[in-house]
Amino acid sequence: MAETTAPTSARSRVHRVIVVGGGLAGLMTTLRLCEANVPVLLVSLVPVKRSHSVCAQGGINASVNAGEGDSPAIHMEETVYAGDFLANQPPVQGMAQAAPELVHLLDRMGVPFNRTPEGRLDFRRFGGSLFHRTAFAGATTGQQLLYALDEQVRRYETIDVTDSRGISVPGEKLVHKLEYWDFLSLVRDDHGVAIGIVAQNLRSMRIEAFRGDGVCLATGGPGAIFGRSTNSVICTGTAASAVFQQGAVYANGEFVQVHPTAIPGADKLRLISESARGEGGRIWVPRDARDARRPADIPEGERDYFLERLYPGYGNLVPRDIASRALFQVGFHEGRGIFNPSTGKNELEVYLDLTHLDPILLKKKLSGILEIYQKFEGEDPYTQPMRVFPAVHYSMGGLWVDYETQGDGSLVAQSPRNHAASIPGLYAVGEVDFQYHGANRLGANSLLSCLYGGQLAGPALSAYQSALARSAADLPASLFDREKARESERFDDIMERAQGEKSTENAHVLHAELGEAMLRDCTIERHDAALRQLLAKLDELGERAKRVRVVDRSGRANQTAQFVRHFQNMLVLARVIAAGALERNECRGAHYKPACDPEVTPGAVGRDDENWLRTTLAVASETGEPKFIRSFDYECAGRTLRVTDEVDTSLTQPRARRYQQAGEANTAGRGPSRVAQGSRSERTERGHGEEEG
Amino acid sequence: MAKKKADRRRAPAAESQGKHPPVRLKIRRQDAPDKPETRRWETFEVEYLPQMNVISALQQIQKHPVTVAGVEVAPVVWDCSCLEEVCGACSMLINGRVRQACSALVDVISPKGKPIVLEPLRKFPLVRDLMVDRSRLFESLKRIRAWIEIDGTHPQGPGPRQSQEQQEELYPLSRCMSCGCCLEACPQYGPHSDFVGAAVISQVRLFNAHPTGALQKSERLEAIMGPGGIADCGKAQNCVEVCPLGIPLVDSIQTVAGETSRRFILSWLLGWSSDGG
Repeated sequence: MAETTAPTSARSRVHRVIVVGGGLAGLMTTLRLCEANVPVLLVSLVPVKRSHSVCAQGGINASVNAGEGDSPAIHMEETVYAGDFLANQPPVQGMAQAAPELVHLLDRMGVPFNRTPEGRLDFRRFGGSLFHRTAFAGATTGQQLLYALDEQVRRYETIDVTDSRGISVPGEKLVHKLEYWDFLSLVRDDHGVAIGIVAQNLRSMRIEAFRGDGVCLATGGPGAIFGRSTNSVICTGTAASAVFQQGAVYANGEFVQVHPTAIPGADKLRLISESARGEGGRIWVPRDARDARRPADIPEGERDYFLERLYPGYGNLVPRDIASRALFQVGFHEGRGIFNPSTGKNELEVYLDLTHLDPILLKKKLSGILEIYQKFEGEDPYTQPMRVFPAVHYSMGGLWVDYETQGDGSLVAQSPRNHAASIPGLYAVGEVDFQYHGANRLGANSLLSCLYGGQLAGPALSAYQSALARSAADLPASLFDREKARESERFDDIMERAQGEKSTENAHVLHAELGEAMLRDCTIERHDAALRQLLAKLDELGERAKRVRVVDRSGRANQTAQFVRHFQNMLVLARVIAAGALERNECRGAHYKPACDPEVTPGAVGRDDENWLRTTLAVASETGEPKFIRSFDYECAGRTLRVTDEVDTSLTQPRARRYQQAGEANTAGRGPSRVAQGSRSERTERGHGEEEG
Repeated sequence: MAKKKADRRRAPAAESQGKHPPVRLKIRRQDAPDKPETRRWETFEVEYLPQMNVISALQQIQKHPVTVAGVEVAPVVWDCSCLEEVCGACSMLINGRVRQACSALVDVISPKGKPIVLEPLRKFPLVRDLMVDRSRLFESLKRIRAWIEIDGTHPQGPGPRQSQEQQEELYPLSRCMSCGCCLEACPQYGPHSDFVGAAVISQVRLFNAHPTGALQKSERLEAIMGPGGIADCGKAQNCVEVCPLGIPLVDSIQTVAGETSRRFILSWLLGWSSDGG
């Protein structure tokens, strides 16, 4: 049962590392720790099998397809290029190099990847590349990857911890899972080193401190800040916000990915994967904005395939920031979204059309997303074009984390600096960290970055633990009791606040207002005046949050009280995002200000490498407001290290992005060397047939 | 035809400008498993929204937790996460039928505005209101060793080659999200028995059919031949009826039953001890 008593609250012979979050990144970190014989306390908000990684659909990138002339070097370049050069390049290179073996590992774990007739892994196209680089399991790849890792971790739940002499410790398994526990805060010693966590059981509402020789957050993104998004309801960013408030540096918060193709819903905006376009799907609107015919009756010549028209080189597979802006331009500014005869208005929606493709192939490769469309829209995407619009999807920003390189620019595999956050003893991995994606994430790189991050973070935590002079298990209980008492007080405040008062607030109502304001003012287009208003709105919501009354008085499974805490933490991160967007005066990747775009505002600078090719670093001031800094010192495994906001661009030179032209996303001007199905590359002959990766 | 269909779908959106009647929900509540005296029905009315599902109705109750009798109450407690039927969290009884709340569209389950009845699953220990404890399902997965025994995460090259047909057989089985619907519908499953149920048996089939997983086939078969295993299946076939992902659970049970019988006969012929595996 989930309400297990804490194995590490008392002094214990077992010295565990704590991993918070059981999505792909947390599970990979856990696996790697177990392999190093480090016992793990795995703490998760939900049963790990229900983590948000299940929602990833399209696939995972790995340049296995050497037959096309693809290579890790090209994968690295295209990732960096799509990210508008804001990503530190050595970790991206490491990720691209590790990708083929990671995908093979998943294959060995039993992920039912789609196959070629020869029985090998099949690959499809995704955004920002002309290569077939994306391995996939139908259109539920994230679910399948998560399940494979969940199964591996479950295996470690049955394996005994052994002591230094190799003797089993009775009753202790390598993985001890705590599900339905909410992370509240880090426990730190008098030097500020993370030595454990305080968490709350979401059934009994008991607050407990746990000891850990290092804490790794793998808690995902903060999509709920935008109200409805493609994220699961659990993606509130609460843990990241909590450690930010405890001093952790948050990086590039303003970079939030809006996915071009989602479907509306009253509760969430459901994603229709980029793989629909990877398999040949086309985006269009009728040329005549008042065209009321059903889509099948509109002849080819009267359709505007605007992505193909604007970006002939990459067509429907331009990266997401560019595709979303184009959809917004057509739907919002030009008013040419799909005409709705019953309201007489043009919707924001556009067509995503698969009806020209072989239905048998679609079923094999995309059934997962087509079922979602069918289920929630009640229409048949095999015979009618889907109606889609942009939705908040992913946070490129997150907790700042380190990496260590050696002479040749590659990462030091066992370094305790890899994925270390700025608080000693704290690590972060997965969407909650800021590494790998720069200003805009390339599709099918998120699953990869979770796995690669976990692959590094496991050994990093293991090295960190080995270097500790004293295990957290041997530290005085008073350190843990202190933090536990602080969190208990905070929870009591949430429960007692505004009780008996006349004018009170409801956190869910405030959350809806937060989401609306963030969506309107801080997504595809950002204007300074609107951002200032947004910050004022956040102030107002902060004031009103002080009057939130928890209607539920129960001490059991009190979701209302839990949500108040998450909402308060969302407000803090919302401010980091909005203030970061106001600060950054340029256009880069997903961050777009019309006032900085020379095509809208003559004389504007566009992307401003001179002033803004740098990482946004935010820390919490005394009042909890974000403060932007250019550098800081942090301590890792006994060393003090200086960190600046400079981006490591040592591997490929920053240059302007031009997706109009095929092959521009890598310096070799490469597209696949063999003409591939569905590819519209005109420069396929340029590659060399048998180049090795 | 298609046009008519599309227009019909849009019609409620136009009506929602005030005309569409509110949605009525009758919800079974209980504060805690040890407080049976708090077991009660509460009825709520929420605004109709286009494309609305049961989740968005419950979300409206969170914003305004007042019953039709005008009494302010604690918002309803339930489990959910992904809201697109891939995480398995939001299983509940909706109008008496077990399913995911996220895919339960109001237009479909209550086309004439009849009250929607929500109850917690009955085969699992209650936590509160619509939330139950399904951890037994995950414990059963440990018992049957539902994983591939890889040697480690270090580079070992590609996995075994598999045919497209094989992938097409395994992929649907691998989509099982441990939602518990098949267990809820199964007459043999429940607090009264230790039967593991269809979801778990189907995982035996999945891992035994994988080229590497097959190397531990006998261990899994031994486990599923034990108490609470495949022999307890009463062949009611309710499981396959309620599976939200259409996983061929009855096929899985037949396949595994075939494998266990062969193993049983073989062990009898060769004089193996059944616990020696």
